[in-house]
Amino acid sequence: MGSTSSTLLKIPNVEVLMQETGFSPAHIIRLHDRFKALDKKGRGHLCPQDFGAIKELAMNPIGDRIIGAFFSPGKETVDFHTFVKILAHFRPVDKNRPKEPNSPEPINSRSNKLRFAFQLYDQDKDGKISRDELLKVLRAMLGMQVTEEQLESIADRTIQEADLDRDDAISFEEFRKVSPEILHSRCFIKAPVIMLMERDC
Amino acid sequence: MGPFMSPFNNLLCMLLGISFTVWFTLLLVFIIVPAIFGLSFGIRRLYMKTLLKVFEWATVRMERGAKEKKHLLYKPYSLNSIIAKEPTSLEEELKEIRRNCSSRELDGSASTTTSPSPSSSEFEMSDTFYFCRRGIESIVDDEVTKCFTAEELESWNLLTRSNNNFNHISTRLTVLWGLGVVIRYGFLLPLRPITDVHMSVCVCRMKNFLSEKVHLMCYRICVRALTAIITYHHSENKPKNGGICVANHTSPIDVIILASDGCYAMVGQIHGGLMGLIQRSMVKACPHIWFERSEVKDRHLVAKRLSNHVKDKSKLPILIFPEGTCINNTSVMMFKKGSFEIGSTVYPVAIKYDPRFGEAFWNSSKFGMVNYLLRMMSSWAIVCSVWYLPPMSRQEGEDAMQFANRVKAAIARQGGLVDLLWDGGLKRGKVKDTFKEEQQKLYSKILVGTQEVRSRS
Repeated sequence: MGSTSSTLLKIPNVEVLMQETGFSPAHIIRLHDRFKALDKKGRGHLCPQDFGAIKELAMNPIGDRIIGAFFSPGKETVDFHTFVKILAHFRPVDKNRPKEPNSPEPINSRSNKLRFAFQLYDQDKDGKISRDELLKVLRAMLGMQVTEEQLESIADRTIQEADLDRDDAISFEEFRKVSPEILHSRCFIKAPVIMLMERDC
Repeated sequence: MGPFMSPFNNLLCMLLGISFTVWFTLLLVFIIVPAIFGLSFGIRRLYMKTLLKVFEWATVRMERGAKEKKHLLYKPYSLNSIIAKEPTSLEEELKEIRRNCSSRELDGSASTTTSPSPSSSEFEMSDTFYFCRRGIESIVDDEVTKCFTAEELESWNLLTRSNNNFNHISTRLTVLWGLGVVIRYGFLLPLRPITDVHMSVCVCRMKNFLSEKVHLMCYRICVRALTAIITYHHSENKPKNGGICVANHTSPIDVIILASDGCYAMVGQIHGGLMGLIQRSMVKACPHIWFERSEVKDRHLVAKRLSNHVKDKSKLPILIFPEGTCINNTSVMMFKKGSFEIGSTVYPVAIKYDPRFGEAFWNSSKFGMVNYLLRMMSSWAIVCSVWYLPPMSRQEGEDAMQFANRVKAAIARQGGLVDLLWDGGLKRGKVKDTFKEEQQKLYSKILVGTQEVRSRS
């Protein structure tokens, strides 16, 4: 135990970070501790191997993609700010947020959450999920448990249902339409770990 | 200068002489003699109670101080579970997601005319949400990394090492902490290794004449030197000759704790350095089973030596730590099945340390042996409970792995530890691909089932 102010002071630009992400000081400190625990060599930033060392992530079928989401194209390290900003996607949606027309959309808005999920599919970042990209995700989630034909038929059916403009790819808008109403989904709003953090402060 | 200094010198020498004599007498009376006869004055328990009261005061003081200064207190994770995981399985999650998906379609906002029925297990793009969430959860916190770092405490035990950032809250607290440092490093620390080494050496020389009694005496001295306050439960279940004793592993001190209450034959790898020295000296007294590193890989050889030892009823019970590595005493990790294949009676023992008095866990990737011993000797005390569980043997139709899991569950239950399926080897190694495959299998079962895929027109 100790007072939080000294730890917060050690983190640069922490006020800006809290404002952008909406995390409370207690959250930031806990994330900072986690960041330090993952950064075993104490370099101040994380690389893909540090994420790969998390055992539960290593056995997640789409673990590699989730790790990739932390690193912007061309960058091989992620600093604490970026780490927190990405995790901010998973905060519960602020239901009572006043709608200011000029303020930027918060990171944990429904739209941004969906965009995060969309990027897991769309690895080449062209704004569309091609049939190929869909197949790759399916292969990752199912491994060698299904045959190539089964995979292809699943992919074809999915595109058939979601693709409205018949361009044989799924755009972000189409992806939005087939995704469930996030408010009731247990995936983002009620992520227990985020709830636990909420309970503490 | 000469005559001026010498009376002062004399005084100093006299003082040193007196304090040394006093100290030595105290040593003899309070530590060594009771250890030889296995008695206890109850002083250590009183010491423990006093320490606890002091810690309580310190904690309350810190909380009060923080409230006054309007600082937010950073509370560590709760002791039992870090993530309040609602135990949802893959199936349940996916069902719920799909139910939401179809209910939205029923609202009329769907764009597709033919919507699949909610109970059909077809792939939905939102299935990735489940894996995504699990992935992010494990980034924020995961069970395995937790096991290999020291447990975080709710209250502060005046050791800066267990406090993340020590700040000046009140003068009284700082003074108390300072006093604690002086006591621990000035008094407890010098006292312990000297007692340990000196008396153990003396006693060991007598080993050739009396074996068991001397062994016990030796370990009891070590125990007292470390100010270890151990409570043994159910001593009627103590391991007997020709059996195997298995226990959960937290630190090398486990060995001292168990061996001070009974005689065991140890099994393990021969180490270099300080550990190796200790191991070699132990072999001279008792038939322990030490392996060369190359031999450890040959499992048949190991199993053969163990079973030979066990068959001889005159030999001492073997002490084995099946986890294979030190875990931080909040959970029990996977037991390696080698020791459960031998087929003799297994005597499980659960060891639980009280972390309030000093962190006993040896984080071997962070601290070497000497550093660890130093930390041990400069902590307040080592308080632990040892439970001897009733003996177990392998039942009909049970394979070694199931037997190992059964024993592990019994130990976890008794010690109040979390029973984990993870392999302790994960401390250093990578996750095997088989784990990922299992996840994939689960998911594919939901989607495709065991029949052939449905063909769509």
